[in-house]
Amino acid sequence: MEILFGRWLHIMAGVMWIGILYYFNFVQVAALKAAAEDGTGAGITKHVAPRALLFFRWAALVTWLSGAALLGANFIGAFTLQPGLAGIGIGAWLGTIMLFNVWVLIWPNQQKILGMKPASDEEKAKARRVAFLASRTNTMLSIPMLFFMSYGLTHQHVLAVLG
Amino acid sequence: MKNPLDSLWGTVISGLILTAVLFVIVKNFLGA
Repeated sequence: MEILFGRWLHIMAGVMWIGILYYFNFVQVAALKAAAEDGTGAGITKHVAPRALLFFRWAALVTWLSGAALLGANFIGAFTLQPGLAGIGIGAWLGTIMLFNVWVLIWPNQQKILGMKPASDEEKAKARRVAFLASRTNTMLSIPMLFFMSYGLTHQHVLAVLG
Repeated sequence: MKNPLDSLWGTVISGLILTAVLFVIVKNFLGA
């Protein structure tokens, strides 16, 4: 029962995290580019992005913590890629790198870009590039991360069926 | 060379390639 609720929480938080990540990459980047041409970007940067970032970063943390709780006694085995746990271990490592990117690269740089932290124009330009590449890296890593999450859930069952 | 992460397609294709590479490694070398 605890595993069921843990998995439910992990998936819900993960949907929020990766959903907002995909919103940033598939929607907001292109929208800001178009908005820069007619001067309407402030609506996004002032009202949408800060709220999206709030749910994004905390959902990332809840996803990681609930994932770690689900691994439980297998936590070390997964992260050291032991036989039988290597698939979910790869997923756990990718999720960990992504969490690092959120809290260490994306959030502090977004604070500069959105004016929540003082920064010169030069610092803002640099912050914009670092945050963009970290966000794109997370989008790329999310693809194998979701694959190995599914693999960890299903491969025992598949092996049992295929013998 | 252009950074593949600068385009959405480059990002998605890089993710798919990385998935395939990691899958081969897990399947053949990590016993899972």
